Amino acid sequence: MYSNELEWPLFIGTLVGSIFILAAFALALLRILRGPTAFDRVVALDLIGGICLCAIIFFAIYFDQQVLLDAAFAIALVSFIGTIAFARYLGKGGEQ
Amino acid sequence: MSWIVAILLGAGAFFAFIAALGVNRLPDFYMRLHAATKAGAFGASLMLVAAALHFGNVHSIVSALLIIVFFYLTTPIAAQAIGQVAYRKKVPLWHKTGHDQLAQDEETK
Repeated sequence: MYSNELEWPLFIGTLVGSIFILAAFALALLRILRGPTAFDRVVALDLIGGICLCAIIFFAIYFDQQVLLDAAFAIALVSFIGTIAFARYLGKGGEQ
Repeated sequence: MSWIVAILLGAGAFFAFIAALGVNRLPDFYMRLHAATKAGAFGASLMLVAAALHFGNVHSIVSALLIIVFFYLTTPIAAQAIGQVAYRKKVPLWHKTGHDQLAQDEETK
């Protein structure tokens, strides 16, 4: 799966980027676990969608696979619909 | 060129991390919403610029630009919808928040 040799600036960049992306996932998951209201959880879930986009682009650069940009395109188009559905549900008296 | 790609990649991941840090640490739902939408979209767009420079062909540049445009179009819509519903459902503001323009407007109406 991984065959190409990365140039060393790109190696450092991907190393730093992977650490930051993992830490971002962990912090957003912490907010989902302890968020006081359902709205906090929905916002953290929306942020996890954005971080997922970042992770997919990271893998596209790391594995040198341009096809993964199309997956990122699909996520950027679709991910906000979940938040709007949650907003409609909570606005019509859903459980908080 | 690979230096620029590496710096943009690290900076984009750093801004995604800042967004998650804000969502975890800020005291109020509305401040968390602010951190999540703005910093998250900016980090994603920096990483997309890095990908466009890394691949360097027309297809990747056009798709990266389209992803940036659609992400900046859709993120505020979702944030506005959830923020409006949260205000209507009276999610509390932070106790040090001094100014609530919407409440003042509805009083004077």
